Amino acid sequence: MQRSGQASATSLPIGSDADLAWVRQHVRQCAAQLGFGLVQQTKLVTAASELARNTLVYGGGGRVEVTPLDNGRSRGLSMSFIDSGPGIRDLELAMTDGYTTGGGLGLGLSGARRLVHEFSVDTEPGRGTTVTAVAWVAQVPASRPGVR
Amino acid sequence: MSEQDAAASAPQVVSSFLEQRKEQIAQRWADAALFRSVFTISRDEAVEACKAVVDALSEVAVSGQLENVSAPGFTDVRDQLGRMAATRTRAGSTPGQIADEVARLREPVVDLLREEFADPAGPQAHESALALTLLLGTLRLVVMETALDANAELIERQRQQLLEVATPVIKLWEGTVAVPLIGTLDSARSQVVMESLLEAIVDQRARYAILDITGVPTVDSLVAQHLMKTVAAARLMGAECIVSGIRPAIAQTIVQLGIDLGSVLTRASLADALAYALSRQGIEVSRADAGASAR
Amino acid sequence: MNQPTPGLPAQIPVLALGDVLLVSLQGELHDGMAEQLQHDITNRISTSRVTGVVIDISGVDMVDSFLGRVLAEIASTARLLAARTILAGMRPAVAITLVELGLTLPGLVTALDVDRAMELLSQRGS
Repeated sequence: MQRSGQASATSLPIGSDADLAWVRQHVRQCAAQLGFGLVQQTKLVTAASELARNTLVYGGGGRVEVTPLDNGRSRGLSMSFIDSGPGIRDLELAMTDGYTTGGGLGLGLSGARRLVHEFSVDTEPGRGTTVTAVAWVAQVPASRPGVR
Repeated sequence: MSEQDAAASAPQVVSSFLEQRKEQIAQRWADAALFRSVFTISRDEAVEACKAVVDALSEVAVSGQLENVSAPGFTDVRDQLGRMAATRTRAGSTPGQIADEVARLREPVVDLLREEFADPAGPQAHESALALTLLLGTLRLVVMETALDANAELIERQRQQLLEVATPVIKLWEGTVAVPLIGTLDSARSQVVMESLLEAIVDQRARYAILDITGVPTVDSLVAQHLMKTVAAARLMGAECIVSGIRPAIAQTIVQLGIDLGSVLTRASLADALAYALSRQGIEVSRADAGASAR
Repeated sequence: MNQPTPGLPAQIPVLALGDVLLVSLQGELHDGMAEQLQHDITNRISTSRVTGVVIDISGVDMVDSFLGRVLAEIASTARLLAARTILAGMRPAVAITLVELGLTLPGLVTALDVDRAMELLSQRGS
């Protein structure tokens, strides 16, 4: 197993309903390849769906960058949702359960945050928003060649 | 010859020395504690193992990565070194003692190297001996690393086994499953409990699932939250969850913490919970002799 | 522009079994398809005698807050039109994720599978 042999970042557009389905499918595939269990895969795909929809509905579309990670001990997946929309004016409020301006259930940001291990939002009014979510494969030590 | 030339060629010298003297080195190492105590079947087996290590060292030397613990040359012997370290650990050696045993391999082979030179005390012999010492220092680190890795993996495996062993899902009746929880519930265990209970609901087509917490010493808000999540997930799948075995002290804590378990169906004991699940399915349990005496 | 998603019918079929509507969701679901389904079911309930709706999601590997909202709205709309909705066959991984997401769908009646859902409807119906 070579660390360098892993696929690098993939960028997918988010501009329509159908794109959301592609994002989900791609995240599912990456997560399965990286060795995420079924429950973790489902959490990742759901988080991706929530965040991609946010990008589409509030950011006016954008893109997602999906990157496999390996810190030597564990493998992970990073997803960055990038738009150049109006940005989020009150981040704290937007992260509150049930808060919505788009007619959904208001669980997009706050809910997605609970489904991953690391979560960060970078936003500036008028300049756009980047939401990054990272999850790690449940702690099983990375196998070394030859070590059993 | 300039000093730099000598430095650059030292690894090459070491590499060809290791290659040519493999048999002799192996013979000397085979009696060292590290090999002798691990390869106990025959001395030949130990000699073969030594040769494999010499081959690896030679390969690393020729690649010039004397100080690189992850040099590709080590790949082939990592498995063997790992097993050796694990055997020594099982025999009671500490990682420090194992490192000492590896260090003791140095002297015989450095002596052998010096004999190769016309002037064993000359600068060239010194240069090569230094390179070899460096290389063996790296070998020591590789052994340490594999030993620690093996330990970490063992601990992780045992942790996983403990998780699985500690949470059996039992079928109590057609359509009723139960998990008797014993010990402290942390996040990782709660996840395992939740997942195995939900899987059992599907496998057994269970309408009722009982979480028995008689054996759980304390319930804090985190544990309560995990219980409520499990109940909610089971409900989404179409099963009803019953929490049983809430001891008086725990009931008090729950109230004092202000945790609202109002949405959760509770019963005092596992037996009560089972009785509830049975009666909801229209199953009545009665003594056989009660019917006989009525006759 | 948009590539079609493989293995997707344009519309989700709604079967009528007596006075019960059975909908089987499979695989990837577009937002538009989910909304179309909501519309179709409401129409069917209002134009014919329907007392129950069973939505089988055993073939669905992800429910996000959007689909969750659509399902909850189908149930509330059906209730207003005097029909009961039962969500059947949710997979364990989907259930765990929904709960973590904070979506417990309290207004929805659930069942392990379609058989159980039909049983439930006939029990309360009689």
